[in-house]
Amino acid sequence: MGKELFYFFVYPGFLFIAISGGILSWFDRKITAWLQFRKGPPFLQPVYDFLKLLLVKETILPAKGSKITFLLAPVLSVTGAMLAGILIMLPATGINTGFIGDIIVIFYLLTIPSLTYIIGALASGNPLAAVGASREMKLIISYELTFLLIVAAVILKADLSISMFDIIALQQDGAFIGSISGILLFVVAILTLQAKLGLVPFDMAEAETEITHGSFIEYSGSAYALIKLTKYIMLFILPVFLCTFLLGGFRLEGIQILWSVLKVLGIVLLLTIIRNTNPRVKIGQAMRFFFLWMNLIAIIAIVLILFGL
Amino acid sequence: MGFKEFCFKKSLWLFHFGGASCNNCDIEILDCLTPRYDVERFGMQLVGSIRHADVLLVNGSINKKDKVRLLEIYRQAPKPILVVAIGACGCTGGIFAEGNVFAGPVDKIIPVDAYIPGCPPKPEAILAGVVKLLNKKPEKQKTA
Repeated sequence: MGKELFYFFVYPGFLFIAISGGILSWFDRKITAWLQFRKGPPFLQPVYDFLKLLLVKETILPAKGSKITFLLAPVLSVTGAMLAGILIMLPATGINTGFIGDIIVIFYLLTIPSLTYIIGALASGNPLAAVGASREMKLIISYELTFLLIVAAVILKADLSISMFDIIALQQDGAFIGSISGILLFVVAILTLQAKLGLVPFDMAEAETEITHGSFIEYSGSAYALIKLTKYIMLFILPVFLCTFLLGGFRLEGIQILWSVLKVLGIVLLLTIIRNTNPRVKIGQAMRFFFLWMNLIAIIAIVLILFGL
Repeated sequence: MGFKEFCFKKSLWLFHFGGASCNNCDIEILDCLTPRYDVERFGMQLVGSIRHADVLLVNGSINKKDKVRLLEIYRQAPKPILVVAIGACGCTGGIFAEGNVFAGPVDKIIPVDAYIPGCPPKPEAILAGVVKLLNKKPEKQKTA
């Protein structure tokens, strides 16, 4: 019992995921600063941001909105992200849960944060938040099919195994990325992660300059702190998910720990560079991009897998 | 300095309110975010929504129509909030002080924590003002 609680709350669960997410968020901001020839924030900046929002700032409730839904949405988003994170991290750190079919559950849990952003934004009663929510909804419709195709392709590549642990075990001889279909899937997956994380080419749901943080415009204080925490968590678990899918997962002994860390940092670095070198696209462009091009590449990858490439 | 105070001062998010400004102060504020001055070193960020803000930057002369909006913005801000008046117009009214639509300098309308005079103040002056604001002895926040 104590062991399970330790797994869920300390390592590789809640505490570990939250701290790693905070570090990655700092990494993202620091790399952004370096790309712009700036110095960037100090290492503990995510901690200061989070604690300031949680402890110091006042939480304002919307006068003309649904207050309970508004406050419940961030709690649910953290819960969903954390459950998905634990299910991803347990196999990724080599703990066999014996849970067959956890990929399907993770796929559904990973949509919960986006859904709760929509619910919270619509509960706030702010017109700009409603615009943000509608954009977020369209974005989910566009990237979810691509994400599902990636998951399907990886399952197909792993001889129809739907357990994360088996997929990692299958990649011990060679990671899935070492083939043509693997490379195509990696490209598609990086761009899907970008949309799932709401980073710049696809951040129209919280466009700072046009609809002033969109979905999150009414959030302040501890409710916004929970949303920040969700963002930190998602910034950690989605790259880890991609690592276990295509890059062969982690091995936690000796020098391999360094490689594992470098894999995650590499993916986040790629996401940050894409974020800093691209303008924000319109929602219609994003939908066309995912429906047409990304789905096409994913389907080509699936066909290649069927031919054994 | 308490732990909460420390976290607050390490992560100030800025919200920019431009009154009837001539845009010089606005541009000098944006200069502070550029590679040469980079206020993100101190954990500062420009945010778009007043609900996320910790510092309200006010510049430009405040006329009668702006006054209503400034009060509205100040009322909507989550407390504690620091107010910084930037530029001659924000601090005193500058050349507009005698105008018939002028509604008083910022500190007649809302409590101000720091003044950064200049027309426009240089980015160096704004950074100096920021550092003074960070080193200021914490006082009891007025809950307006």
